[in-house]
Amino acid sequence: MDIKTKRKLKGSIALILSTFAAFMGLFWLVFIIFDVLRHGITALNLELFLEDPAPPGIPEGGLRNAFVGQLLITSVATLIGVPLGVLGGTFIAEYARGTRFAQLISILSDIMVSVPSIVVGTFIYAIMVKPFGHFSGWAGAAALAFIMIPVVLRTTEDMLKLVPWTLREAAFALGASYFRVIKDVVYRAAATGILTGIILAIARVAGETAPLLFTSFNNSYFTLNMNEPIASLTVTIFNYAMGPYEDWHEKAWAAAFIITVVILLVTIITRSIIHWRYKT
Amino acid sequence: MKKLSKLPLADLIFGIISFSAAFTILTLILSTIVVLYNESSLAIHRFGLLNFIFTVDWDPVREVFGAAASLYGTLITTILALMIAIPVSIGIAIFLTEISPHILRTPIGIAIEMLAAIPSIIYGMWGLFTLAPIMAEYVEPALQKMFGNIPVINKLFEGTPMGVDLLTASIILSIMITPFIASISRDAFNLTPDIVKESAYALGATKWEVIKDIVIPYSKLGVYGGIVLALGRALGETMAVAFVLGNKHQITPSLLDAAATITVTLANEFTEADSDIYLSSLFYLALILFLMSFTILAIAKFFLLKAEKHYRR
Amino acid sequence: MEEKVKIQVNNFSFYYAGADKPALKNINLPVYENRVTALIGPSGCGKTTLLRSFNRMHDLYHGNRYEGEILLDGQNILSDDIDLIDLRSRVGMVFQKPTPFPMSIFDNVAYGLRLRGIKDKSELEGRVEKALKQAALWDEVKDRLKDSASGLSGGQQQRLVIARALAVEPEVLLFDEPTSALDPISTSKIEELVVSLKDTVTIIIVTHNMQQAARVSDYTAFMYLGELIEFDKTDIIFTSPKKKLTEDYVSGRFG
Repeated sequence: MDIKTKRKLKGSIALILSTFAAFMGLFWLVFIIFDVLRHGITALNLELFLEDPAPPGIPEGGLRNAFVGQLLITSVATLIGVPLGVLGGTFIAEYARGTRFAQLISILSDIMVSVPSIVVGTFIYAIMVKPFGHFSGWAGAAALAFIMIPVVLRTTEDMLKLVPWTLREAAFALGASYFRVIKDVVYRAAATGILTGIILAIARVAGETAPLLFTSFNNSYFTLNMNEPIASLTVTIFNYAMGPYEDWHEKAWAAAFIITVVILLVTIITRSIIHWRYKT
Repeated sequence: MKKLSKLPLADLIFGIISFSAAFTILTLILSTIVVLYNESSLAIHRFGLLNFIFTVDWDPVREVFGAAASLYGTLITTILALMIAIPVSIGIAIFLTEISPHILRTPIGIAIEMLAAIPSIIYGMWGLFTLAPIMAEYVEPALQKMFGNIPVINKLFEGTPMGVDLLTASIILSIMITPFIASISRDAFNLTPDIVKESAYALGATKWEVIKDIVIPYSKLGVYGGIVLALGRALGETMAVAFVLGNKHQITPSLLDAAATITVTLANEFTEADSDIYLSSLFYLALILFLMSFTILAIAKFFLLKAEKHYRR
Repeated sequence: MEEKVKIQVNNFSFYYAGADKPALKNINLPVYENRVTALIGPSGCGKTTLLRSFNRMHDLYHGNRYEGEILLDGQNILSDDIDLIDLRSRVGMVFQKPTPFPMSIFDNVAYGLRLRGIKDKSELEGRVEKALKQAALWDEVKDRLKDSASGLSGGQQQRLVIARALAVEPEVLLFDEPTSALDPISTSKIEELVVSLKDTVTIIIVTHNMQQAARVSDYTAFMYLGELIEFDKTDIIFTSPKKKLTEDYVSGRFG
């Protein structure tokens, strides 16, 4: 085989392998989603949302407390995490732009985005559970907020930096303070980006389990009291899936189905919005 | 339209508020380290550092705790996951940048991002109920048959194939980290200027030769960054692995054995810890994990920043 | 003195992917062996499009279409059974910006040779040295062949790229505005190089700088809006062009 044929052959093999890898990646995605759909859809029923769990072993009841708990914890986390993240991102993208401090915060935030979420759980446990002697919804929300802050900070920073500087200059030239410039001009220009960043961050923490394991813990009863341990969808999935009851497994799949569908829809929609808004 | 500028007071107040918000990042990191250290101090004083790292025992009854087994599991699953994920992800990145027709690029890119968005507990469940049985019934016995007679290598596949083991956990982990390496590598590949690639084609290079000799070396900083980032994430993964690893504190050569990682140990035992030294040892594990992943993620960021600077030239 | 035609372009038209109107309309043009032929014209006239047809660079991008023929030593290089690797061994290209590969100076120049399977160390060293000498770069880099090519200055990098193209001993060398990113001193070095190379290679050079065309080329083709307006010996084009459009362009009235 002459060298040219050998080169072309090697090339074709390599490219075929790459294509194979890509389709393998797609295959896993389709397989996993399909599996979740398959298992989850059969277990879906109205009781899931309307009833609280039955005692273990009895194949009845629903996950109302977990849905409500998940909403409560995530909402509180959002109320804490989003303002801190947006304001922090604003500071380093505007007032402190170009400074070493801004660089430091940006780099550290990026690192914090990927730090093990279970470690966050242990930290919050140490400061919010141990001293008070009990688990609580507040602790769970704090753990999720801990994760949210760097995520929102970074996306806010990126989105603000996309706004052209000339826009700010025009506002300054009209005699506005930096605060007015940010509030009236920059935020408005970056609004879509910042909002989608927030939504993606919420989607991210809504799927977290590990940080809740020893902060909000779990609760088989319905409660709106954030001072108590509170059920969450994710921890419930963990407990039910590891448990011995077939009925629990079914419910776990149903909950997994709902979380997956919601998060995937949110991801697709927000990414499409960003693509549409920023690529044209 | 008001021509008078607002008093700088607005900037002062807003500036201070937003500064405090930014400062929380520092507060969070520092307090995490301080608190974790505090909680671990009992274990640190009793077991020291090197001793703790190399002790395999994890005995709540005798109150002897060592990180070796958990560290072993963490390292093996992470390394194995990378070994699987890196070639696959690079393959995906090559496909997306050089092979795929343009219309397919965005949808496949979104599909990869969806893989990244799936919560890890879903991976875990899927692993437990779907992958583990497949591994136990088909894949692992096949591996045992294939390698059973080769000395040394057959040690990797000893034991009863239950599906809940290092191998399954590593596979799930590799699926989880693939999107990170793939999308960062794809972005890095896209930064290779067209005329540099055209110069190689003009010398008679084939498409694969251009990828291998030009694009990949040109992008290597970005690719390294993606790999190290994936490593950092894999280290800290809990839920994907918790279902299929078994949480057995042992160091075993066989990939078909149950094992433990730091994250799985924490997930399973944190609320069960009934003595102060037990809890303190768990915090010690958490501290070690935090410092390890922080360092690795910092290295990843270093690569990615260097890559950015390199392309700005 | 009989001048041999190295490349003959016959009724050549070119369509970019998805376009109904051709970017190049019915080009007819001879390129003489061992001479420098310049392609000049205002932005968008198609000169680079024509240049990139000589080594079928357009094939890299899906959907581009050629019509007509381009004969290299009598053989139509646009036909489907032409091996592109062979074609690009005979027709080399230098681009607008220096494009050193991410490897050492030596490896850059040796790249084309290694692709072709040449592994023998002494042969590689010999051919690399010859190419670097031809490109007037040898003396400046001979002591640091293992250093990364990115450490060279812009002008040196461009000469490196020329050496890299010369190492595979092409018959034709295409230059696409090779000095547009360089300072005046490097520019004149490259221009000297181009003139010195014509004894061994046939050269086609695209340039938006008319003075450069007048300095280095023997023949000049003036193009406008995808058509070849006039082709002749360079002094004729610049001193007594036959078409009014040509005269307007070379006297600076537009473009």
